[in-house]
Amino acid sequence: MTKSYEELPLTPISTEPSTINLTGLWRVIRPVVDKEKCKKCKICWKFCPDAAIKLVDGEPVIDLRYCKGCGICAFECPQKCIIMVREDEA
Amino acid sequence: MRTVMTGNYASAYGAKLAKVEVIAAYPITPQTSIVEKLAEFVSTGELRAKFIPVESEHSAMAACIAAETAGARTYTATSSHGLTLMHEVLMWASGARLPIVMTNVSRAMAPPWSVWVDHMDSIAQRDTGWLQFFCESNQEILDTIIMAYKVCESSGVMLPAMVIEDAFILSHTSEPVSVPDQELVNSFLPAYAPEYKIEVGKPMGFGSLVKPDQYMEFRYKAMLGMKEARDRFLSVEQEFKHIFGREYGGLLEHYRCDDAEVVLACAGSVASTAKDVVDSLRARGIRVGLARIRAFRPFPHQEFRALGAKVDGIAVLDRSYTFGAAGAMFTEVKASAYSGQNRPIIKNYIAGLGGRDITPKIIEKVFEDIQLVTKRREEPDVEWVDVAGLPRRWR
Amino acid sequence: MIEVRFHGRGGQGVVIASEVLALAAFKMGFEVSSFPFFGVERRGAPVTAFARIDKKPIRNRSSIYEPDYVVVLDSGLLKGVDVLEGLKPGGKVLINYPQAKKLEGLPDKYSYFVLDATSVAAAHGIGSRSTPIVNTAIMGGFAKMCDLISLDAIMASIRELAPVKEEANVAAAKEAYERTVEAKV
Repeated sequence: MTKSYEELPLTPISTEPSTINLTGLWRVIRPVVDKEKCKKCKICWKFCPDAAIKLVDGEPVIDLRYCKGCGICAFECPQKCIIMVREDEA
Repeated sequence: MRTVMTGNYASAYGAKLAKVEVIAAYPITPQTSIVEKLAEFVSTGELRAKFIPVESEHSAMAACIAAETAGARTYTATSSHGLTLMHEVLMWASGARLPIVMTNVSRAMAPPWSVWVDHMDSIAQRDTGWLQFFCESNQEILDTIIMAYKVCESSGVMLPAMVIEDAFILSHTSEPVSVPDQELVNSFLPAYAPEYKIEVGKPMGFGSLVKPDQYMEFRYKAMLGMKEARDRFLSVEQEFKHIFGREYGGLLEHYRCDDAEVVLACAGSVASTAKDVVDSLRARGIRVGLARIRAFRPFPHQEFRALGAKVDGIAVLDRSYTFGAAGAMFTEVKASAYSGQNRPIIKNYIAGLGGRDITPKIIEKVFEDIQLVTKRREEPDVEWVDVAGLPRRWR
Repeated sequence: MIEVRFHGRGGQGVVIASEVLALAAFKMGFEVSSFPFFGVERRGAPVTAFARIDKKPIRNRSSIYEPDYVVVLDSGLLKGVDVLEGLKPGGKVLINYPQAKKLEGLPDKYSYFVLDATSVAAAHGIGSRSTPIVNTAIMGGFAKMCDLISLDAIMASIRELAPVKEEANVAAAKEAYERTVEAKV
């Protein structure tokens, strides 16, 4: 809904952090981690462009609220223990 | 205190008296002594400010934008190629509604390489959303910087301003300047208190994407800010006069225009010389006047409409040229004056590019010429003044 | 109004000389304006500076083409630069010149004053042998040549503007004042 100019601030200012944008809704494929094969090297965590991978006891956990399903983690994983799975089949 | 100083020192003193908190600048001829003086003020503790030396003018403006967003009163100074390198971020400063004040020591653009005065650099920034004030004397430079902060930081304005001093003719000319007392300036100019700013522990997003459904509303608001700047400038100048006893005539200074048949419209230091010429012509009974464009943005449209209704001819002297069109000031003056019933003859003179001296004799010849074309009711072409190879002799 | 033109080389303090004059005249109650014209901004290159002094505020911002006074900080410029260009009839010229040597080849419609400002500056330790800074000495000489400006005002102005060795510069101006003489051509 377009706001009247009178309701707007002088310049676009958002008082909420950008975490209100749940970018996980954009995803068509999702990463799935094979915990048996994972060596906890943290490479996926470093490469995730959306900081959507958290480390829990050193293990990667995907935050699906924000993961866009880009597949960079799966591409970079030296163990090839992350695979991308279709959302409608997950 | 009244003392003798250059235009550049007048800029530095203006910024110091305005108690700027952050200065970010990159040196360029002929601006250098402004930031050298400010660096000295900061190093001696006379001015409590953060001085950020940067690697380019683009960075200087970017640093000012960041500091201003954090709520600091900021200042920078530049010239010619430095100003044009800033172009992108000038747009950012105005769009983000940051009331930064900057001195531009107006200097010609290269090639041909030149360090001398003309207004091409400043005029090329006319659409950036900055207020632009052309100065005639070193006193006016100092006073305008202080006034500019007050105008720009008004809640209805919130736009940046460029205070323009002519290269060498003001920047390196020493002349008497009154430096007002700090207490008086404090009483005139309160501390900067923006409605929004970046603060630790209070996350906010600035400058985010706005889709087509909402973009125009923000631009409309910036337009309203510039409109407000017009009225605000007039009231701030009256307040300034009340406290400091000096004023300069609003957006358009009228000098002996009352019963004038023809007037000269121009901006910057040439207006000072032109006042001497007006006086000498008046002494000979010739009814001429001077309309000095102090503010190019916001442009004094109303003032020119009123002036156009009273005079028969206007000579517009531009110290720059918009290729493929005419002088930028001429275009604006004509647009304003021609909206009225009485249409004076308006002729454009391009003069003083790259530091070419505009002598009293040249100004006198401009007055003679505008009287002549006004009498003939000609629709005149743009005339380039004092160009070797053209038939007319100006010297 | 009086108008003054200064000729010198980059590094000799030509611009400061014009500022010393402006501030001195200001201290005496005059309105003033001084300004340089830089060509190539290099040590040794010819530099020109100007000053206007008047009883009423100065608005003319055009250059000076017909000065009343000319000050030459380096006599080497007498060849190569037309230092007398536009000088008004009856105008006065001050030249930094060895006093023992006779001035030659200059028109007699002007009055000439000479002063060995190079020796004076060197004696007071101002500048170096290759680049003596003669501006303060020459301004002492200017006070002798021009009745309008007092030596006291020049000295007060130098004290304010000299970035270092204030007293040596003031002493140089004073000695230069004594040593400046009118020369025949």
